[in-house]
Amino acid sequence: MSNKILTANRLSDGAVVYLTAEGSWSEDLQQAAPAAADREADLIATAQQAVADCTIIEPYLIPVSIRSDRLLAVSQRERIRAAGPTVETASSATAREQAHVSL
Amino acid sequence: MYRYDEFDRTLVLERVSQFRDQVERRLHGALSEDEFKPLRLMNGLYMQLHAYMLRVAIPYGTLSATQMRMLAHIARHYDRGYGHFTTRQNIQYNWPKLGEVPDLLTDLAKVEMHAIQTSGNCIRNVTADHFAGAAADEVGDPRVYGEIIRQWSTLHPEFSFLPRKFKIAVTGSLNDRAAIRVHDIGLQLWRNGKGELGFRVVVGGGQGRTPIIAPTIRDFLPERYLLSYLEAILRVYNMLGRRDNIYKARIKILVQQEGAEEFARLVEEEWRHLKDGPVELPAGEAERIGCYFAPPQFEALSAVDPGFEKRRINEPEFDRFVRTNLHPHKQAGYGIVTISLKPVGGIPGDATAEQMDAVADLAERYSFGEIRVSHEQNLVLPHVRLADVPAVWEALRAAGLETANVGLVSDIIACPGLDYCNLANARSIPVAQQISSRFADLERQHDIGELKVKISGCINACGHHHVGHIGVLGVNKRGEEFYQLTLGGDAGTDTALGALVGPAVAYDDVADAVETIVETYVRLRQPDEPFNATYRRLGLDPFKEALYGTD
Repeated sequence: MSNKILTANRLSDGAVVYLTAEGSWSEDLQQAAPAAADREADLIATAQQAVADCTIIEPYLIPVSIRSDRLLAVSQRERIRAAGPTVETASSATAREQAHVSL
Repeated sequence: MYRYDEFDRTLVLERVSQFRDQVERRLHGALSEDEFKPLRLMNGLYMQLHAYMLRVAIPYGTLSATQMRMLAHIARHYDRGYGHFTTRQNIQYNWPKLGEVPDLLTDLAKVEMHAIQTSGNCIRNVTADHFAGAAADEVGDPRVYGEIIRQWSTLHPEFSFLPRKFKIAVTGSLNDRAAIRVHDIGLQLWRNGKGELGFRVVVGGGQGRTPIIAPTIRDFLPERYLLSYLEAILRVYNMLGRRDNIYKARIKILVQQEGAEEFARLVEEEWRHLKDGPVELPAGEAERIGCYFAPPQFEALSAVDPGFEKRRINEPEFDRFVRTNLHPHKQAGYGIVTISLKPVGGIPGDATAEQMDAVADLAERYSFGEIRVSHEQNLVLPHVRLADVPAVWEALRAAGLETANVGLVSDIIACPGLDYCNLANARSIPVAQQISSRFADLERQHDIGELKVKISGCINACGHHHVGHIGVLGVNKRGEEFYQLTLGGDAGTDTALGALVGPAVAYDDVADAVETIVETYVRLRQPDEPFNATYRRLGLDPFKEALYGTD
């Protein structure tokens, strides 16, 4: 049976967030509360309230699998969305190589 | 460079003030997301995969050192210390916070910049030849007309809700460096037999899921009629362009449907009503705007600088940099330096705040404070004395910006792809990194010669794969990333669309496949034969065979 979790972006900074079992929003996918198909409507209702409260925007459900007690987004898009870009950004790479640029 | 007048300044400041109020109301719930979304998009603020993304306009790709320093400040203060220069000569910030965007825009306005018309179904930021005002082969400065179009199109009420977004590119040379034939409108400055300046007008080009090379609808449009003719084109498009299907809404579809000849007739018919009317450029206006782009005070120099030449002979690495990153200048004793934002294994188009500051310093010291952004995601110092090129090169080395690969296989255009973009199906950046790492040996790259690899993470083709000598398009096949390869595309004067070489390859196999294509080219080329000439001579077959075998 497939499980789904609810994700959205936080209004204030756009961060990717997930609905937790406590009804809060976490940036950590592992904190998300999976729901079986018959509970999806509850998640959506909670999300709609959070949209109305200006906490999050654009909520939607994503399928997850559970492996060794860890949640894993099924789609690659959502795995990247959860973990951030798969590449080292220019700033992190440069910061490591050179603390200061002198001309 | 153009300087804002009181109208520009007022307009931008008023817009920032309006947006500050809109953001405030959104954060407090007075505006819903449905109400706010079109407002934020009108100010260049998108929601991407991980966060908001702000796209800042760099009109016709021209920046001052002061503006570049502000871009660095914004990267440092409001973002994560870097920015991404795009194929539309803009810069994108990937991590701004909504509540801080009004302050960010206020800072931008201090240096006469904004994010207006970087999104939405309007006339977007005009792009131009990145060697504008400097190239030895330039007929006229495209920035003058880019600025005239900017002023005409900014918040133009009739063209603020077009069927779809609209992109105009201007080149001032017969050697097209602005990819004009894959734009909605492309303008090419040239002089007719009487020595008059005017434009070749091409309309209905584009990439995306329906790539089309723009046909010419007018071979010579006298300069003074620029705006009335553009208005006629836009008016025909606004009236007849489709609004029922987003995939058929671009002007290229209309031009194809009507046929170029009939479309040209419709434009000419509309133009009859507009010609010599109030929209026409007043006498002297092009000259007035042109004054802002007057050449800097060049020194009278010899075309040959002995110190520069000696350095080339004595230092192979410097000579290699000169061969790829220095281009001929219209002024004797000067050159155009292209700063590659494509280090081996790096992210195409990304620059750190420190690198932006370094480029600003160099521009101030050696290039009259001027910088350009190229649609190939590099930066340009347009006016460098040949005698100063060694010093510029050394400073670039200190900043990690000296890669001597402009126009070579590792000078890759890549869209942000699935690492950042909401629309992408596959990653682009790591594919570019794998290819550039595979060809890390610069000597090998120079031996291969000019070769343009362009990578898109979806069919929208922001990475220009259709016009790459080697194009790479990411697709999603049953949840896995695969990449289609095309050969023979060209964004330049001989614009061409690439042809699909065969079945898509897996993510891990792209660098191998590109290397196979390159080795096949090197094996089969005639002396000094460019990639596309070899491809046209031999067709797809030898490349197919090398990639997939003979079965």
